[in-house]
Amino acid sequence: MRQYPIPRLVTKLLLPLILLFALYVQFHGDYGPGGGFQAGVIFGAGFILYALIYGLDEARRILPPWLLRIGVSLGVLIYAGVGVAGLLLGGNYLDYGVLDSHDPVHGQHLGILLVELGVGITVSAVMVTIFYAFAGRGR
Amino acid sequence: MIDHLPALQVVIPLIAAPLSALFRPGRAVWLLAMAACGLSLLIAVLLLDQVLTQRVISYPMGSWPAPWGIEYRIDAANAFMLLIVSGIGTIVMAFARPIVEQRIRLPEYKQPWFYTAYLLCLTGLLGIVITGDAFNVFVFLEISSLSSYALIGLGRDRRALTASYQYLIMGTIGATFILISIGLLYVMTGTLNMMDLAERIPAVADTRTIRAAFAFLTIGVSLKLALFPLHLWLPNAYAYAPSAVTAFLAATATKVAVYVLLRFFFTIFGVDFSFGTMRLDLVLLPLALVGIFSASVVAIFQNNVKRMLAYSSVAQIGYMILGISLVSVTGVTAAISHLFNHALMKGALFMALGCISFRIGTVQLDRIAGVGRAMPWTMGAFVVGGLSLIGVPLTAGFVSKWYLIVGALEKGWWPVAVLVLVTSLLAVIYIWRVVETAYFKPAPEGRVVNEAPLALLIPAWTLALANLYFGLDTSLNAGVARTAAEMLLSVGH
Repeated sequence: MRQYPIPRLVTKLLLPLILLFALYVQFHGDYGPGGGFQAGVIFGAGFILYALIYGLDEARRILPPWLLRIGVSLGVLIYAGVGVAGLLLGGNYLDYGVLDSHDPVHGQHLGILLVELGVGITVSAVMVTIFYAFAGRGR
Repeated sequence: MIDHLPALQVVIPLIAAPLSALFRPGRAVWLLAMAACGLSLLIAVLLLDQVLTQRVISYPMGSWPAPWGIEYRIDAANAFMLLIVSGIGTIVMAFARPIVEQRIRLPEYKQPWFYTAYLLCLTGLLGIVITGDAFNVFVFLEISSLSSYALIGLGRDRRALTASYQYLIMGTIGATFILISIGLLYVMTGTLNMMDLAERIPAVADTRTIRAAFAFLTIGVSLKLALFPLHLWLPNAYAYAPSAVTAFLAATATKVAVYVLLRFFFTIFGVDFSFGTMRLDLVLLPLALVGIFSASVVAIFQNNVKRMLAYSSVAQIGYMILGISLVSVTGVTAAISHLFNHALMKGALFMALGCISFRIGTVQLDRIAGVGRAMPWTMGAFVVGGLSLIGVPLTAGFVSKWYLIVGALEKGWWPVAVLVLVTSLLAVIYIWRVVETAYFKPAPEGRVVNEAPLALLIPAWTLALANLYFGLDTSLNAGVARTAAEMLLSVGH
C-alpha cells in the first residue's frame, strides 16, 4: 500500500474520527442506540483498517499482542468485578443499585456504564486479536 | 456470603478464566485453576446439602425479581448435577497439568490459555445446570460449547482439528435448534423463566408453534447429547482430544445435555404434554435401544481404545435415555443415577488411558500389549472402571443398571430388561479385549515403560475408588437421584 497515497491519507484522517465515534457509541449507549459490543467492533475495526493500509508490523508496533492479551481478559474482569462489587456492598450479584450508597438510580447508571466498558474492551481486543491471528498466518 | 452461593458457583470459575490468561506458563496458573475448581466443588456440596433440607433455592440475579430478571433456581436435580460437574472438573484439573505440559499441541507460552478454555467450559456447564431461565441455558450452552471446540482441537493428532470442526458444525446446528425452540416458546408465552413457562404453556399447548418448539428442542438437545443416530460427531471428538479434555467432556458435557432434556421435558413442558400428548417415549425408547445395541457392537471392533470407549459412551447415553423413556420414578432414578455413575466410570477409564498415552504415546490396541505388567497401577484403575462400566455388583455401574432393569420389569417390558443384560455382556467383550492385550500379550522387544507419574495416578485412582465406594454406599447416587426423580415427576410433593 506504500505507493497509494490517497488511502493512506484518508486512513490517517478518518482514524481519529472512527475511534472517537466508537467512544461516542460506547458512552452514549445508555441513552441511545449503541453499547459496548458495537463500540468495541467499531474501535477494533479502526485498528484493522490501519493494519490493512499500513501493514501488520506497523499495527503490531502500536497495539502489541501482549496489550491485547491483557485487554481480552481485562474486559471480562471488569464485568465480573462489577458484579462482585455488588456482592461486597451487600446486594445480589450484578445488583448495580447498591453501587451508589445515596441513590440507587445513580448506582444503576454507574453499573451499566462500567459493565459496557468491560464489554467494549474485550470485544475490541478480541476483534484485533482474531485479525492478527489470521493476517499473521504463514509468516 | 452463604446466600450468594448460587451466584458464586458460576462466578468463581468465570473470574478465574480471564485471570489465568494473564499468567505465565507454569505451576501458578494451574494452582489458580485448581483453586477455582475446588471452590466450586465446595459450593456445590454446600448447595446440595442446603437443597436436601429446604428443597428449592431461588437467587435473583442483580436483584431483579423472578419472572422478569434471570433467576438461578436450584432443586435436587440440578444440585446433584452441579456436584457431578464440579467434582469431575476438579479431579480432571488435578490430572491436567502434566498433560498440558507435554501432550497438547500448543506452544509453551500459550499453555495458560488451556486453563482459560477449561474454566470457561466449566463455567458454561455449571451455568446451564444452575439457571432457571431458558434463554440463559442457551447462553451458557454457547460458552461451554465454544470453549470445548477449542479444547478438543488441542489434541496432538492433527485429526483433532477436523474432529473439532465436525463437532462445531453439529453442535452449532444443535444450539440453533435449541434457540429456535426457546424463541418459539417466548413468542407464545412472553416469558423465559422456566417456572413461568411451565405455568403458561398448558394454555397454549395445543398449537403448532408449541409442538414445533418441542420438536426443535428434542432434536437440538439430542444432537448435543449424542443420541443415536445424531452421535456421529462424538467418536472422533473424544478419540483425538487430549486425554484430560476427553475425561472432562465425556464425564460432564453430554450429561449436562441429558439434564437439559430432563428439565425441559419434565419441568417446562410437563410430563403430561411430553409423554401424554406428544408420546415422546415412543420416539426415545427405540432410539435408545438401537443406540445401546449398535454402539456397543461397533465398540467391539475399534482398534483405538479411546474411540472404543467413545462408542461405549454413546451406548451409555442410550441407557440414560432408556431410563427417561420409561417415564416412571424408577426409570428416571436410573437415568439420573447413571449420569453420576457414568461420569465416575468414564472419568476413571479415560484418565487411565491418559496415563497410558502419557507413557507410550498411543492407545492403539496392538501397541498397549504388555502394559499391564509395566504399569500395574494404571491398568488397575482401568480394570476397576471397566468392571463398573460392565455393571458388576459392588461397583457404581451396577446401581444404575439395577434400577434400569427394575424399572423395565415394573412396566412388564421384560425384552427391554433382557436387552440391557445382553448389552452389558457386549461391554464385557470390549473391556476384555483391552485387558487381555494389556495383561496377557507380551510387550514388544526392547520397550521400557515406567508406571505413570503420581500426579496422573492419584486423580485416576480417586475416581476408580469412587466407583467402588458408590457401589456400596448408594445414598448419593441412588438416594439423591430418587429424590430428584420424584421431584421431576412431581410425586410425593
